Amino acid sequence: MDNTYYNSADLRKFGKVTEWSEKVGKKFFDWYGEAFAEGELSAKEKALIALAVAHVVQCPYCIDAYTEESIKKGYSEGQMMEALHVAAAIRGGASMVHGVQMMNKAKKLNM
Amino acid sequence: MVLKSLSARHSPLSETQRQLGILNEAPFNDGDLETFQQKLKSSGKFPLKPLQLEIFQVNVGYMCNQTCAHCHVDAGPDRKEIMTKNNLDKCFEIVKKYGFKTVDITGGAPEMNPNFFEFVEQLSTFGIEIIVRSNLTIIEANKKYHTLPEFFKKHKVRVISSLPFYQKDRTDKQRGDGVFDKSIKALQKLNDQGYGKQGTGLILNLVYNPVGPFLPDDQAALESQYKQALKTNFDIDFNSLFTITNLPISRFLEYLLASGNYEDYMYKLVDAYNPAAVEGVMCKNSISVDWEGNIYDCDFNQMLKLKVATPKSNHLNTFDLDDLMNRDIVINQHCFGCTAGAGSSCQGTTV
Repeated sequence: MDNTYYNSADLRKFGKVTEWSEKVGKKFFDWYGEAFAEGELSAKEKALIALAVAHVVQCPYCIDAYTEESIKKGYSEGQMMEALHVAAAIRGGASMVHGVQMMNKAKKLNM
Repeated sequence: MVLKSLSARHSPLSETQRQLGILNEAPFNDGDLETFQQKLKSSGKFPLKPLQLEIFQVNVGYMCNQTCAHCHVDAGPDRKEIMTKNNLDKCFEIVKKYGFKTVDITGGAPEMNPNFFEFVEQLSTFGIEIIVRSNLTIIEANKKYHTLPEFFKKHKVRVISSLPFYQKDRTDKQRGDGVFDKSIKALQKLNDQGYGKQGTGLILNLVYNPVGPFLPDDQAALESQYKQALKTNFDIDFNSLFTITNLPISRFLEYLLASGNYEDYMYKLVDAYNPAAVEGVMCKNSISVDWEGNIYDCDFNQMLKLKVATPKSNHLNTFDLDDLMNRDIVINQHCFGCTAGAGSSCQGTTV
């Protein structure tokens, strides 16, 4: 096996994380399942949100899982990429909006 | 895109023993995954037995006008195996004698069997349900098939057709360039005859196969997406959508191996094993006959050349209903495809 921190085959073992703390682990998976269930948002919409968030938190397991889930639920590659741009724009925007702070500070420092 | 069958390419996978060998190697032979037999045993369902034989599924030949990337039959224009009139007549006699409720005609493209039309006409004389698994594009393929919608209507055939997705790119990726557009035209012609329209009694079902190494999504959710997209974009109506899981055999197995997805797919199927789905699998209420008259538990076993486990009646010539009812169904690891999640059969989900 390759000596890497991330191994795609580990995704299959996700459910086993309950083993050392069964009670709270079970609560996590119950909550996880409930969060993705059909609600006021459809399960399909939730999959695309998860895909976008997966890129923001840069979780390779989540990216694998929700890329597949998004395809399975009928999203096109174009829709998936648009969702990623929204996520990335928020991420970029979060940096850029701090530019206001920079500008405020710079103005204060200028004589 | 695959242009020729495994058989025509002399691929090692065209040998069913090679396919069965792969299905019984890792991750099954090293104990990482339980085998299908072990799973059935632990859920108290081994041996798998038939319930009632209602559906007579006859594969009238492996010739097809398409060469789909996922095809479990390894069908294509280069396949020459075609059921003879003599064997079709035997099928007719057996169906009539034993009172099967449904004859499910499949292929290849079943319409390419030269005796297909006569066989359907013959069957329609005694009120049995006739299913034709039509790939849709055959209707557009040649002048002699242009009147298929009228023919189906005349004989009240239930049409079940593959349309792996309601968008062009994914459909064409699996089934070949131009297939989506031709399929849409064919569906519109079927609609023109009343197929899929309320009150006509003419049933048009569509089949969804995942275009990749994953299980189908929820059947009802997909049906609603299909209905909305096909109606809005092409004014097409149909009755219901069947989601069918791709089994890891033949050309889909080739794809899984070549793309490095095989092991992951087998884990997915095994992890999703659902004992409740076992009850509705098609081998419990149907039998499958090949072009040479051999009898199998299902179309997938037919493609793996796994005949029914009762040598006494494993051919049309020696058909014995009581004997077939007492048989144990032949299983192997590919069966996980029918019991994963909501289950999978020729009629869609099983739970």
